[in-house]
Amino acid sequence: MYTQGLDQKDKARPAAGEETAAQQDAFQARVDAEEKIEPKEWMPAAYRRTLVRQISQHAHSEIIGMQPEGNWLTRAPSLKRKAILLAKVQDEAGHGLYLYSAAETLGVSRDEMVGDLLSGKAKYSSIFNYPTLTWADIGAIGWLVDGAAIMNQIPLCRCSYGPYARAMVRVCKEESFHQRQGFELMLELCRGTGAQKAMAQDALDRWWWPSLMMFGPNDADSKHSAQSMAWKIKRFSNDELRQKFVDVTAPQAEFLGLRIPDDDLAWNAETGHYDFGEIDWSEFHQVLAGNGPCNRERMEKRRAAHDNGAWVREAAEAHAAKRAARDAA
Amino acid sequence: MNTTDALLAYVLRLGDTALVTGQRMIERVTGEPELEEELANANFALDYVGQARLFYAYAGELEGEGRGEDDFAYLRDSQAFRNLLIAEQPNGHFGDCIVRQFLFESFYVLQLEALAACGDRRLADIAARGVKEIRYHLRHATQWLVRLGDGTEESHRRVAGSLERYWRYTAEFFDGDDVDDVMRDAFGGPDLASLEPRWRETVAGGLREAMLSVPEDEAAQTGSRRGLHTEHLGYLVAEMQHLHRAHPGARW
Amino acid sequence: MSKNGWPLYEVFIRTKSGLSHRHAGSVHAADDQMALDAARDTYTRRMEGVSLWVVRSDRIVASDPAENSAFFEPAEDKIYRHPTFYEIPDGVENL
Repeated sequence: MYTQGLDQKDKARPAAGEETAAQQDAFQARVDAEEKIEPKEWMPAAYRRTLVRQISQHAHSEIIGMQPEGNWLTRAPSLKRKAILLAKVQDEAGHGLYLYSAAETLGVSRDEMVGDLLSGKAKYSSIFNYPTLTWADIGAIGWLVDGAAIMNQIPLCRCSYGPYARAMVRVCKEESFHQRQGFELMLELCRGTGAQKAMAQDALDRWWWPSLMMFGPNDADSKHSAQSMAWKIKRFSNDELRQKFVDVTAPQAEFLGLRIPDDDLAWNAETGHYDFGEIDWSEFHQVLAGNGPCNRERMEKRRAAHDNGAWVREAAEAHAAKRAARDAA
Repeated sequence: MNTTDALLAYVLRLGDTALVTGQRMIERVTGEPELEEELANANFALDYVGQARLFYAYAGELEGEGRGEDDFAYLRDSQAFRNLLIAEQPNGHFGDCIVRQFLFESFYVLQLEALAACGDRRLADIAARGVKEIRYHLRHATQWLVRLGDGTEESHRRVAGSLERYWRYTAEFFDGDDVDDVMRDAFGGPDLASLEPRWRETVAGGLREAMLSVPEDEAAQTGSRRGLHTEHLGYLVAEMQHLHRAHPGARW
Repeated sequence: MSKNGWPLYEVFIRTKSGLSHRHAGSVHAADDQMALDAARDTYTRRMEGVSLWVVRSDRIVASDPAENSAFFEPAEDKIYRHPTFYEIPDGVENL
């Protein structure tokens, strides 16, 4: 999902030695009993590392995810839509903030995490490396991208790590309007002029496959899912979630009168699910490797904002120090 | 000038200034110096867009020709806009935005307070709502002004430059015309002459705390009340309106 | 600039009068007033609060999870502190 890169990237070795089997067993027993793990409690180093990587990637995705939608804020075609989109983009900043905070409870600072993002060491969801070319893309992102995200985020509300689970409860509560506004936006276009409907179809054509890629590699190629499942960081496999997404989205597209760009998409009465075509994994890996249409622009914009803000952050710190010195005098 | 026409013109000015201010804030989204400021800036922009919608909706009622918020926002050319010049100035750096917000909102909060007590009930209600929002904005802007003015040598130099840049657009706040006169005389609206010393006092206080000095009053730029804008507004309006105008009559 | 940027503050919100403040999350801020503004702008956007507290995270004194057994388990066998420990015959009211 927003952390789809994890499945391939985790090459870290557990820093064994320090960790006794008894500690590991006691920890696993707590997780199995659905107890929440809280900050500063004992946890395996690999559990901590996995969480830091997953939560920070999730946070980075929220922050970078502001850009494609923010791209249409100044041009939103009505004041109502402008306000809705702005509230949504703001929520993404908020969600990034909640998630960074959750990760910070694991002993890593937000500055370190942001540093890893800016240096290119940390990843974010590949979906945000696609461009928003028309207003309908705003609808498609809400409907498809947020729809896919929510499939993944609802189970995360029950994640074994307390601060992450609590952050996700807040995120899910706030996000409940995101997908609906996207669908409603698409519906308005589909009921509108011919040009508007064509815009909606074009957006679906471009966003459908990248949305399916958001769930990450097929289960057979997803090496580290099993451990995340055992730790109850992850509750459903990539393919399970992807199937669920297709099953709920296909009828919605039909309602809109739009065609999903997949010739193999068909209802299968036997399985009770939709069959669908094979994802172009080479595109997925290209985008993940930094070669998507907007990887460079997204990172440049983020770095520019960070660099341009340096004097401001320094000034605020300097003022706080001066004030503290004056108060002490 | 009859009183309804004056009221309509006045409400549109308020709506235009709110919208253009909000639009400039929206341009800053994803570019703030820290994540917490993203949340703050978006809140402020949402407040302004919300105010613009209320002012426009009311303007439509006053006009009585069936025009709504989007007709005013999207289907008037830039020369029909009556926003204050300071609102349309490009964003520049973070300090520029803080200084502009501080100077304008120090005025706007006084204007809204006076309007909240005016004789037109609908406008008074909208203003009363706005006052609460702008008081908070101003608190935020003033604190940042002090942090930047007192922070580092660089931040001080930068905001001193911002102040010099924007000061020339402040005289316009008080450069009233017959619309302002009608608002004052017929509706008990703001008396600009008595607002000015109070504005100067607020501003001087903030600047003092920020270790900045009040600039000289020279080269004042005015004209927005007559639709005489700077070159910047045309681009802002073109970008804002382009999609809406490309699909005449479409619903969104 | 300090290595870790602006300090971390914990945010507590009273959601309505009559309830106690409850931990909502955290924010980074250079000073106390900024922390209060950031808490307001981040955590009360949907009318979640009527009162806010912010406190620097490094000022919080917390119990050590490693000492949990010493801290909290001794309370477990003091069941006589709870009303359900006592049996009251049927028919006796207002107890």
